[in-house]
Amino acid sequence: MANRFVAISAWALASGIAALVLGTALALAVQAKGVALHPADWAALRFTLMQAALSTLLSCLLAMPVARALARTRFAGRRALIVLMGAPFLLPVIVAVLGLVSLYGRNGVLNQTLAALGLPTVTIYGLHGVVLAHVFFNLPLATRMLLNGWQSIPAERFRLAQTLGLPSTFRHIELPMLAAVLPGVALAIFLVCLTSFVVALTLGGGPAATTLELAIYQALRFDFDPGHAALLAGVQFAVCAVAVTVAARFTLPEGLGLGLDRAQAGQKAHWVDAPVLALAAVFLILPLVAVVADGAPAVLQLPAMVWQAALRSALMAMAAAVLSVTAALVLVQAKVVGAAWVEAAAMLPLATSGLVLGTGLFLLTRSFVQPETIALPVTVLVNALMALPFLFRLLLPQARDLHRNYDRLAQTLGLSGAARLRWLTLPRLVRPLGMGAGLAAALSMGDLGVVALFAGHDQATLPLVVQRLSGAYRMDQAAAAALVLVASSFALFALCDIGGRRAAP
Amino acid sequence: MKTIHLALAFLSLAPMAMAETPVLRVLTYDSFAAEWGPGPAIAKGFEAECACTVAYVTAGDGAAVLSRLQMEGAGSSADIVLGLDTALTETARATGLFAPLAAQAPNDLPVPYTDANFAPFDWGWFAFVYDNTKLTAPPKSFKELAASNLKIVIEDPRSSTPGLGLVMWVKAAYGDQSAQIWKDLADNIVTVTPSWDAAYGLFLKGEADMVLSYTTSPAYHLIAEKDASKSAAAFDEGQYMQIEVAGKLASSKQQALADQFLAYLASDAAQAVIPTTNWMYPAKTPAAGLPAGFETLIQPAKSLLLTPVEAEAGRKAAVEEWQTVLSQ
Repeated sequence: MANRFVAISAWALASGIAALVLGTALALAVQAKGVALHPADWAALRFTLMQAALSTLLSCLLAMPVARALARTRFAGRRALIVLMGAPFLLPVIVAVLGLVSLYGRNGVLNQTLAALGLPTVTIYGLHGVVLAHVFFNLPLATRMLLNGWQSIPAERFRLAQTLGLPSTFRHIELPMLAAVLPGVALAIFLVCLTSFVVALTLGGGPAATTLELAIYQALRFDFDPGHAALLAGVQFAVCAVAVTVAARFTLPEGLGLGLDRAQAGQKAHWVDAPVLALAAVFLILPLVAVVADGAPAVLQLPAMVWQAALRSALMAMAAAVLSVTAALVLVQAKVVGAAWVEAAAMLPLATSGLVLGTGLFLLTRSFVQPETIALPVTVLVNALMALPFLFRLLLPQARDLHRNYDRLAQTLGLSGAARLRWLTLPRLVRPLGMGAGLAAALSMGDLGVVALFAGHDQATLPLVVQRLSGAYRMDQAAAAALVLVASSFALFALCDIGGRRAAP
Repeated sequence: MKTIHLALAFLSLAPMAMAETPVLRVLTYDSFAAEWGPGPAIAKGFEAECACTVAYVTAGDGAAVLSRLQMEGAGSSADIVLGLDTALTETARATGLFAPLAAQAPNDLPVPYTDANFAPFDWGWFAFVYDNTKLTAPPKSFKELAASNLKIVIEDPRSSTPGLGLVMWVKAAYGDQSAQIWKDLADNIVTVTPSWDAAYGLFLKGEADMVLSYTTSPAYHLIAEKDASKSAAAFDEGQYMQIEVAGKLASSKQQALADQFLAYLASDAAQAVIPTTNWMYPAKTPAAGLPAGFETLIQPAKSLLLTPVEAEAGRKAAVEEWQTVLSQ
């Protein structure tokens, strides 16, 4: 019964997602005037792939030692550091870019120090700057996802390895975990970098740093050629499909088996852990400090509408989080009992561009309703949809473990339906659920794309207000409003994340 | 109980009030309608004389306004479209959605401008803005700029109207030699940003010596922040112009009200709001003159502007040239 209910809801959800993602792309495609990629589009595709691949590789390589160090060391402030790791991913892109520029820019702290020491200065603008920014965004995400993996290794395994005198716990215990988790992490980062737009353009140094997402923006905004935008979205989609397939092929089943289900502490700390964590903390925290320093002076002078917009954004973010978490839970449950196609549906939103989704919805709904009357619900829906792939990835490894390790027990006990959800599934998954809800809320809080397309003048969300302030020369107030945005995104994230970890057994 | 009665009374009155007051819908860019932009004051002034309500519908910038209009087509609920510039008007005209203007209000633009569909409401000159406490001898032309070691931030013509304005500027000044100018400028460009505010933000952070903006930008710092450290560089080639216009849609069911709004937009009361809210020149100088501080701005000897038809015809090739040269 319960399985049937899960299967039916998953089927309905997946169809809804597919209809939204493909339907909106189709709404643009029907306006196509021709189906040819321009030479500039090929250049954009090449640059997009190169920067995404480099950023993914570097983020994953760096995240491994950081996550490992976090998993096996205990120190004061460890929890705070883990929560803070959520922050970069939540920064509105332009805020993060300005924070990085404060440090690494021509007039930044680094170059001023180098110049004072009589050393040659460095430039942040170029492919390396784009990769640096993407690593700043995604290293924490990768670390958190890997840390979840490390924490899911039963402590008994490490002790067993010691008892057996296995020469390398890394090879026999940690490597299988990485093989199960890493492809998913890499995939998520690759797909995030694939649709990068502001980072690539602002730090890229020139039009050679053009991504597909910019080409889509140009096609929709300046050339008003929805058909071409749909074609480009199709290319982006194909790249995503290839990436999803490759990641699935390289993901190995974990198969570490059941432990006593006690959190961690199977491994001893190593001397490299301290410097690794210190470096990571400095790399991640300094730009945040710059953002705070830029924004703090004008916070008290912010007009009242900023606070109204903040409240509106926070409520929308929470709605999006609830929606997204529920959908992810249903899809993950269906996936672990064997519905492979569910995964494709869950990853589908990453393949589309927010701009294509928004424009498509606009075209589809405009004959029925005034755009601004549905602006807020549509924004919630789209944001829930865009966060879904991350949540799905986050839940999947542990949901899979849960099923493998406890399904037989639950069946023996006759535990099913709501009781199974209440007593088994939710308590076991509450940690990734909490983090996922926080992530969805924060991502939605910072979204600008969809709401800008639909919203009337009086429904401004916080990111829109930040944009309006900086568009009116009020850079100080814009920085302050951005700080409010960052702080509230982070508060939402921390609330859910800490809540999830507190509730975990 | 009292609150319930009040609520009922309100509910029964509200529909009547709504039925009596016509709503004029103005599709415009975000910063025009923002609370520190010209929108609120102009709406208030017009509502005082029209017995109507002005509702702004916003899209990001001028290009976003046009693309929203193209998406809505003849089904658009807007009566007025406000905030396109002359680089976009030909595309806008080609949609066939605009009605002819009822009247041509006189204007004080530095170049002759009349258009059957679009009425100018403000304008400005593009210019490179710099910090006069750090840069004492600014370049006097694109060639001097290209020969210098100065670093500039510019906007992308594929996503920003000022960025497109710069490409048009170089084209209008140098014609066939524009590619060479871009080649020479390449090593001066720190980076290209997607929008004006990102470029201006980087400039204020000290990332570049100059930023592509407007000759009126220093007026903001002078008047709103009492800061005289920003100046705009006058170029010998002349300064390219941006003229922002408004038009009414043929599909509007309130043609007379729309005409009345456009007339109000050209009036002294509305034009006097423009300089210190949109930080542009009003299309018609108000009787009381420009606000104190505007007299300190540079007055370019020569104004450059491609006609809407030239701009539309040359836009694609000019942007592709820019992209090709700077991608090398």
